[in-house]
Amino acid sequence: MKVVAKRLGLIVNPVAGIGGRVGLKGSDGAEIQKRALELGAVPQSLNRAIQALERIKSMKGAFEVITYPGEMGEDAARECGFEPMVIGSIKQGETTPEDTRNAAQEMVRLKVNLLLFAGGDGTARDIYNAVGEGIPVLGIPAGVKIHSAVFATSPRSAGDLAELYLQERVSSLREAEVMDIDEEAFRQGIVSAKLYGYLKIPFRRRLVQSLKIASRPGEKASLEAIACEVVDRMGDDCLYIIGPGSTTRAITSKLGLNKTLIGVDVVFKGKLLATDVNESQLLNLLEGRDAKIIVTPIGGQGYIFGRGNQEISPEVIKRVGKDNIIVVSTTEKINSLGGRPLWVDTGDRAVDRMLSGYMRVVTGYNEQVVCRVSC
Amino acid sequence: MNEEQSTVYPYIPNSVPAVKEQMLKEVGAESVDDLFEDIPEKLRLKEKLNLPQPLLSEYALRRHVEGILAKNKTSREYLSFLGAGCWQHHVPAVCDEVNQRGEFLTAYAGEPYDDHGRFQALFEYTSMMGELLNMDVVNVPTYDGFQAAATSIRMASRITGRREVLVSRTTSADKLSKIRDYCEPGIEIKLIGYDFERGQLDLDALEAEISSKTAAVYLENPSYLGFIETRGDEISRRAHDHGALCIVGVDPISLGILTPPVEYGADIVCGDIQPLGMHMQFGGGQAGFIATRDEEKYVMEYPSRLFGIAPTSVEGEYGFGDVAYERTSFAVREEGKEWVGTAAALWGITAGVYLALMGPRGMVEIGEGIMSRSRYAMMQIAKVKGVKAPVFQSPHFKEFVVKFDGTGKTVAEINQALLARAIFGGKDLTKEFPELSHSALYCVTEVHTKDDIDRLVNALKEVVE
Amino acid sequence: MSQQDITKQRHTKGKPNLRRFHQAKWDEPIIFELSREGQRGILIPEVEEEIRNEVGDVLATLPETMRRKQPPKLPELSQPQVLRHYVRLSQETLGTDLNIDVGQGTCTMKYSPKVNDQLARMPKMTEVHPLQDEETVQGILEVMYRFEQILKEISGMDQFSLQPGAGSAAIYTNASILRAYHEARGEAGQRDEIITTIFSHPSNAACAKTAGFKVITLYPDEDGYPDLEALKAAVSERTAGLMITNPEDTGVFNPKIEEFVKVVHEAGGLCAYDQANANGILGKTRAREAGFDLCHFNLHKTFSSPHGCGGPAVGAVGVTQELARFLPVPVLEFDGSKYHLNYDRPESIGKIGPFYGVAPVVLRAYAWVMSLGAEGLREVAEIAVLNNNYLLKKMVEIPGVSAPYAKGKRRIEQVRYSWEALAKETGVHSEEIGLRAVDFGVHYWTSHHPFIVPEPCTLEPTESYSKDELEEYVAILTHVADEAYTNPELVKTAPHNSTIHTIDHAPLDDPSQWAMTWRAYLRKVRREAR
Repeated sequence: MKVVAKRLGLIVNPVAGIGGRVGLKGSDGAEIQKRALELGAVPQSLNRAIQALERIKSMKGAFEVITYPGEMGEDAARECGFEPMVIGSIKQGETTPEDTRNAAQEMVRLKVNLLLFAGGDGTARDIYNAVGEGIPVLGIPAGVKIHSAVFATSPRSAGDLAELYLQERVSSLREAEVMDIDEEAFRQGIVSAKLYGYLKIPFRRRLVQSLKIASRPGEKASLEAIACEVVDRMGDDCLYIIGPGSTTRAITSKLGLNKTLIGVDVVFKGKLLATDVNESQLLNLLEGRDAKIIVTPIGGQGYIFGRGNQEISPEVIKRVGKDNIIVVSTTEKINSLGGRPLWVDTGDRAVDRMLSGYMRVVTGYNEQVVCRVSC
Repeated sequence: MNEEQSTVYPYIPNSVPAVKEQMLKEVGAESVDDLFEDIPEKLRLKEKLNLPQPLLSEYALRRHVEGILAKNKTSREYLSFLGAGCWQHHVPAVCDEVNQRGEFLTAYAGEPYDDHGRFQALFEYTSMMGELLNMDVVNVPTYDGFQAAATSIRMASRITGRREVLVSRTTSADKLSKIRDYCEPGIEIKLIGYDFERGQLDLDALEAEISSKTAAVYLENPSYLGFIETRGDEISRRAHDHGALCIVGVDPISLGILTPPVEYGADIVCGDIQPLGMHMQFGGGQAGFIATRDEEKYVMEYPSRLFGIAPTSVEGEYGFGDVAYERTSFAVREEGKEWVGTAAALWGITAGVYLALMGPRGMVEIGEGIMSRSRYAMMQIAKVKGVKAPVFQSPHFKEFVVKFDGTGKTVAEINQALLARAIFGGKDLTKEFPELSHSALYCVTEVHTKDDIDRLVNALKEVVE
Repeated sequence: MSQQDITKQRHTKGKPNLRRFHQAKWDEPIIFELSREGQRGILIPEVEEEIRNEVGDVLATLPETMRRKQPPKLPELSQPQVLRHYVRLSQETLGTDLNIDVGQGTCTMKYSPKVNDQLARMPKMTEVHPLQDEETVQGILEVMYRFEQILKEISGMDQFSLQPGAGSAAIYTNASILRAYHEARGEAGQRDEIITTIFSHPSNAACAKTAGFKVITLYPDEDGYPDLEALKAAVSERTAGLMITNPEDTGVFNPKIEEFVKVVHEAGGLCAYDQANANGILGKTRAREAGFDLCHFNLHKTFSSPHGCGGPAVGAVGVTQELARFLPVPVLEFDGSKYHLNYDRPESIGKIGPFYGVAPVVLRAYAWVMSLGAEGLREVAEIAVLNNNYLLKKMVEIPGVSAPYAKGKRRIEQVRYSWEALAKETGVHSEEIGLRAVDFGVHYWTSHHPFIVPEPCTLEPTESYSKDELEEYVAILTHVADEAYTNPELVKTAPHNSTIHTIDHAPLDDPSQWAMTWRAYLRKVRREAR
């Protein structure tokens, strides 16, 4: 087994998930944090971080842990027997998103091989702001709202995956969505999610992968196959409304076009007709024209409408028609649903019901699966 | 319970009624039928199957099967000159000994730990084939030489992204049938003619058909018709000039003395390893191989399993495993290349044993010996009135075409007459290659003595005159 | 000294302890390393002097470019060395003959009767050339014909071909027949989709695609059955056919199989039945009654021919009368007194393999059926299913194990278990449990990819193992599961009593390091010229 000196960055968001147990949704804002502690909330992220680090304890000597002081990582690291390099400074008990961003930026400078963080969507956003797709990142789930796809399924599996990555038994990365949920709206029972950006995370090709068979970057081949399949069938006679996602982006790349990362773009006759459009622009473009919509499941939950592509509104969907919707996805994503259906949440119950049932999903060249769609 | 159900079967330990009852009780079932309750009533068979009466004792079974097989005549009782894809060579006793070992015979898909022996034996097979072929990548065997050829053609198409393949017209009709079924309609197969005098691939015809649409040129060496293609280097050069690959189907037992195709420009080499230690078994000893250079773009196109050597946590210990496993259909179902499954692994192990026993000198001697005997046979047969042998004025390996036009008899008539003399004459080519009119494909190997050949020649003389 | 009671230590409270197994471990070099220049393993018959005199230097008739310059660099060993080397390697292989092989689910690792092996090795079987005059091979033709009739009765189909070289080849053959059928009706361009399910063998998808079809895969419903509603959404005028295994690899029989077939028929497609999992339904239900148009059997699974490390094998294809004209050529016929190979089949898809199929495998399958008869086959299915349900009951008693889907229902001949609960609590994965089981002389197989069932383990007891053996197998897994909770490191670093230690797989996926032959290894890793 290869033993090479690696650097693992560790950031723990001490207040992530603090609200959940005591019934508060999310934990952004000092107000919410104070309220939660008053209600007797106990920070979860420390425990989660420890659970993850326990999994890599055995290869301790093979890598260096770089972390922030006290509750932002040092505590968790020492608890597991590591002797971390501690950088930066914080005010214990009053940590802010600024601290998270600073920590992440510093770790990029120190060239960590992997940045492991414990937190929720908010923490993921902060890290994204600091790091972008610069270094590999992996989330230990510790917050209430986990809509982003940058997290492992559990603290233990975060540790496992980190271990495999550090041992170079997993070496491929993939882009995973960072979602941005409107906290305020969320507290009022409204889920309003936007696609915020992408982080690069270590990628095991299978849901549960044989530990003895290392993986090769296979996602590229899958995306290429899907793109070929869709592009081969594209005609000149209609508009193509293309939603965000790395799978849909592979399609526009195949056409030689530059798609916006998180917006909805429109392609006509192989060229970009409009980029980053909103609903009314779409409706204008649809006047008197045929169109097809190409979407891919966004985020960890498998939403094909309603998370990150609200610009494709119920009205747009009605005009285009269910039969003209092309759903694309890698089989990994379908398998990661674990038997759950794809979801739609357009905001219009009637349209949701129209979309529900079964839909074909393009998963490769000459390959499709039939998935349940629920609302 | 009625009498029928009280048979205790030697192969079914739990058919002992008391055991069965105990187990039923433990799973909470009244009778075995309960266990099948999820099969809809409508689909359940009410009557028992209408099959022959069983032979419950081993003695009766053996006697029955031996009785049927006794109706066969073997190539030990008759003198055989048949070839055409399945050949009579000597099978070393150690080959049979190894492939009879219960462990090898009954293993299947264990891990590289519990089945380490299987992995090593197959790795050694591919390694020895690598030496024979002078190439670094050889697959775990596929079904037979037909499949190897068809897959090689599809691989070439994938690698080049092109859809036309030029195939020598002297390929067997059966193999062409397989290739067509497997490769069309996605790939267009075009046949390239041959020189009637020498049998060699017609280079002018090749030049006329080859283009930037050509994925590969496929030829066999020795040809199905037995002659040796002498201008493989010229053929592969032309293929390469047009950006196409050169695929050569080869007889592995000839490679002790014939140049390995890679040395005259072949990119993919394929064939059947049946001559390397497998009994003929009525066509049941076939196994295919595919070999290429060790380049990623080739390796990633193999559908078969490829076994690689790997270190373990203990220094100096050999481990094995699948190379680029994600390539195969086991890992990615339909996104994989063609498919992979059970094929002919035991024959691969056997071929390894064969090559290890033969060694370099054995392979040289057998090649030379075969060529000598077949040359002798050609010379002697040519002395029979009205018979031409060989038809093609080229060097041959173990097979050659014999033409009987001058005898006024059909091949079928001649073979019937030979049969009456306990001789199997060569395969009748009349329907397959009508342009050769009354011709047959004769095969002479190291199993034929001078007396055997003389006996054939005398029989032919009798039959023909 | 008094005589010790040796057997006392082998039991605890009447139950046998786990065996203190250790696999043969020879640390055997690669065969090339055993080579010593000059050694010979076998001598070749010499060419007679008279022949030499007549032909002269036969190699001189070859042009320079076609003469091999250097002999191939094969190893040079004496005969006993070759034997010894391979016998050692065979000892390092855990064949069915040695172990309680219930772990290789879907492979049907049943007993391969030795008498059948002996019959298959008789000269009357081995020294026969496939192109011999039909008169001289009536024996083997009779065996093959009789076996085809047996398969017809078992499946209800009208005609068979034994030509495909294994299950996947048979599936491909069925796909090719589907293609020919639709072409004959002028609908080839229109009907280009084949539907299959995720729990069918991966070859159903792969072979359909190889035959040029678009593949649509259905995922199961919550109960693990193929989803009928999804099928209805998937069929259209583009449907060429359905390729499905039943029971699927989870061991669950699809009770709606008839409706499945009907839906596809109504859409104009045909249905092919992958009967790799036939062992539990022999004599119980047939392809015919469920409405299938094609089916195939794995003779090296259900019909006891040994697996041979991965072949040789036979995938027998059966079709309805309407499709018989498309079967591979030649077709075996009997005119009342003689057996014939009929090549006059203008609509045949052509050749799948060089001759007629792997005859010795067919011979073993025939002998196996003849030793059992109809009652025996029924007993095979019933005991295989009883064994499976018995094993199921014992397996789910192990902490951390579950049998997803079809809760409370019976299974047919195999079950796909899940170690998910155990993995969540201990961090030990299914593969690791399987490797620790190797330390007790058994192995198991997880699942085909993708792993829909998490932490899978697929067991298929067949009819060949005794109650005691099944209990031993469970005892082993129970013990290993316990170790996962109490001593996970031991399980994670297994196997400990096997042939070798943990393999480092990284080089196998790295083009700069992978080596599929010894020469490649020397060149790339040892950097030696050869």
